Amino acid sequence: MKVLIPTPLRQYTGKQASVEMAASTVAEMLNQLTSRFPDLRKQLFTDDGKLRRFVNVYVNDEDIRYLEHERTAIKENDTISIVPSVAGGMSRVRISSCSTP
Amino acid sequence: MALKIGKSEWEQFRRHGEETYPHECCGVLLGHIGEDGVKQVQAIVQCQNQRSDSLHNRYGIDPRELVRVQREARARGQDIVGFYHSHPDHPARWSQTDLAEAHWTGCSYVITSVVNGLATETNSFNLGGEDDSKYFGDEEIRVE
Repeated sequence: MKVLIPTPLRQYTGKQASVEMAASTVAEMLNQLTSRFPDLRKQLFTDDGKLRRFVNVYVNDEDIRYLEHERTAIKENDTISIVPSVAGGMSRVRISSCSTP
Repeated sequence: MALKIGKSEWEQFRRHGEETYPHECCGVLLGHIGEDGVKQVQAIVQCQNQRSDSLHNRYGIDPRELVRVQREARARGQDIVGFYHSHPDHPARWSQTDLAEAHWTGCSYVITSVVNGLATETNSFNLGGEDDSKYFGDEEIRVE
């Protein structure tokens, strides 16, 4: 299967944008991926080995959180996407009360 | 660091902020990042703000939408180089929430202030460091 590496994580995969792997579950794939690129482990996992909350892993179009998490089975032709979350927003101070617009 | 963007893409994301006012808009910048860290924006993708609870001061892009955008961009030989969002009636400066929720290091976070429905100032910030030491650095925008 093909694993798509998002832009911020490519510095840990030798600039590779995608990696071909052979694994039967998401856990096995992540284990192989981080064995091949050890610097990636800290970016994806907490110290106690859990996937970081802002790291989304999708098998094709499905979030593994709604499948069987890291136990989710994967097949040869699947595309695995890793996408850090994108969110934010302004604080409560409005422009009318801000001295430095 | 610098962000190079065409006039049409520039106008497109600023208009998006006006259209969604008084709510925050959001979207993805696609293109290439050069060896020197300069980003060349080739296309923008408007996204839905998935934060239905607090649209006026929060934004979020559905990861499913991001997955699709990333996959389609790859097929065209493009990468995600950054994101944009608006600050309705608020300066175009990053907030602590923006920094806390930013995880795409090496990418640009573009913020447009929309005042009374009109896009005013736009600024870009490059997310540097690693996730536990991340920071926003001011970034020049070159509209070409």
